[in-house]
Amino acid sequence: MLDQKTINRILMAFGIVGVALLFAVPIIGSRAMVQDLFGVLTLLILAQNWNLLAGFAGLVSVGQQAFVGVGAYAMFACVILLGLDPLVGILVGGFVAMALAVPMAFFAFRLAGAYFAIGTWVVAEIVRLCFAQWKALGGGTGTSLPKGTTKNMFGVPEIKELLGVSSSAASDALTYWLALVLALATLGAGYFFLRSRMGLGLQAIRDNDEAARSVGVNPTRLKAWVFMLTAFGTGICGALLFIQITRVTPEAAFSVLDWTAFVIFITVIGGIGTLPGPIVGVVFFYILQRALSDYGTVYLIVLGSIGIIVMLFARRGLWGLFSDKTGIELLSLRQYAPETKPNPLAQIK
Amino acid sequence: MSILTLKSLSKSFGALTVTDDVSLDVMAGEALGIIGPNGAGKSTLFNLIAGNIKPDSGHVLLDGVDVTRASPMERVHAGVGRSFQIPQPFSHLSVFENLMVAAQFGGGHRGAEAECSCMSIIEQTGLGPVANDLSGGLSLLQRKRLELARAMSTSPKLILLDEIAGGLTDGECVALIKTIKSIHAQGTTIIWIEHVLHALNSVVERLMVLNFGKMLMVGDVDEVMNAPAVKEIYLGIEI
Ligand SMILES: Nc1ncnc2c1ncn2[C@@H]1O[C@H](COP(=O)(O)OP(=O)(O)OP(=O)(O)O)[C@@H](O)[C@H]1O
Ligand SMILES: [Mg+2]
Repeated sequence: MLDQKTINRILMAFGIVGVALLFAVPIIGSRAMVQDLFGVLTLLILAQNWNLLAGFAGLVSVGQQAFVGVGAYAMFACVILLGLDPLVGILVGGFVAMALAVPMAFFAFRLAGAYFAIGTWVVAEIVRLCFAQWKALGGGTGTSLPKGTTKNMFGVPEIKELLGVSSSAASDALTYWLALVLALATLGAGYFFLRSRMGLGLQAIRDNDEAARSVGVNPTRLKAWVFMLTAFGTGICGALLFIQITRVTPEAAFSVLDWTAFVIFITVIGGIGTLPGPIVGVVFFYILQRALSDYGTVYLIVLGSIGIIVMLFARRGLWGLFSDKTGIELLSLRQYAPETKPNPLAQIK
Repeated sequence: MSILTLKSLSKSFGALTVTDDVSLDVMAGEALGIIGPNGAGKSTLFNLIAGNIKPDSGHVLLDGVDVTRASPMERVHAGVGRSFQIPQPFSHLSVFENLMVAAQFGGGHRGAEAECSCMSIIEQTGLGPVANDLSGGLSLLQRKRLELARAMSTSPKLILLDEIAGGLTDGECVALIKTIKSIHAQGTTIIWIEHVLHALNSVVERLMVLNFGKMLMVGDVDEVMNAPAVKEIYLGIEI
């Protein structure tokens, strides 16, 4: 049997090598691979945010596409109407999404359970219809980034020079690296948030709402924080996605299938309420997609069936199953009484 | 100075009146016991004081401030810590983490200070050996002890204890009495619902008797225990 220390070292080594390889992909890999992995990473970011929201704060939102869309449109507005660099637009997209989260929470937090899910979906649809009215950004038919925008984006000429590739390949590399950094940052931020006082409060609410209130936890306030923070993360991701896509329409930007349904599938399959869950889920999803993408609707039916099977027989997803079988816990949130602290990153139950 | 005042508090569940025009003054620093038969409305009174349910009529005052409409959370911050008769642990959190929630949100402690306060309460309540165990896996007795410890962790001025001495061995009971006495000695006001009368009476100064939601009497321990009306209720029920 391997002991704790060895497992920690092995996992640490795997993590470092994996991340290093991912960073090297634009240098050593093909452009198609870069684009593929960009898709995977952005789905991972969305799944990490949804996992925080639904898995830890109990807010099962089906309206996260609202934040993707708003982030994307905010970025387009920055570029087309204000002439700003798209990278500035990404940040603006995050903040605009967070601003939308305030009235949305005000409405949706009055609804419980399934009504919350439906309420968020309805809001997202309304927001989509509103953006379809925005003539300056193409109304219902949408618009494209002006020619040359991504070629002249901050950092692209330097990358082009450095890697000796075309401008569009350099811009793909840049958005890819940004997605990778954002995915890692989201993972880190989620980990530290959940291990903080607020994270502990969230876990208490999840276990027993009544008792949590009775020891001074304010569930509404904590959940509102998570709703706002994940809206920010989701909005940033939306803006980044559409820099790479370069064309936005209300249907694409506010797609419930692409930005919420698949994301829910990924999180549930991987392990909702666990930090490694979305990572496992996105890898699984990618493999399935590659294997089944030629089969059209059959592919969606298979996805749905797998989702249902996992929900019924492995409620904590593939990661939960693995963790229960092997006793390996990664990125554990446990806080230990002083004097008895083992390594918090990985341990055996 | 009274820390808690109840003014003609009433609460009904449908046709059943569970709290019937109860008025009470509790002085800061005192220890009050509440006794009464099963279903008398004792736990309901705690729910009213801690804000988990709202009265149909009447008022709850803490330190002279009317908190009748305040949420449980606001009352914790005003200094009320409670335990639940049926333990309500955060079952996927360890004992230590359960207390950390209470210390950080209810007690307003931060970081190392919160850890320190939790560790001393864990020590005091004998939960040391299970400090890092998930509370969902604890025995009933350990869960009851956790209820006490978690209420203590909110650093309350007034602590509400609901039947925490049942089922203990003599030795454990002595230890529990010692713990509660030490909380009392720190100046914390105690209201304790308990069927184990010898434990209760070794701590509290006053007793209140509830019957069918009504306050039957309140007074010194000896006075209440010797009152004919109380003997009538308790004879044949349990002593
Ligand atoms: N939320 C509720 N809804 C309906 N009835 C309730 C509710 N809470 C309590 N009751 C009823 O009110 C009565 C008083 O309950 P309470 O728990 O206050 O009694 P108690 O004095 O604490 O009894 P015990 O000694 O058994 O703990 C009981 O008949 C109980 O069934
Ligand atoms: Mg009771």
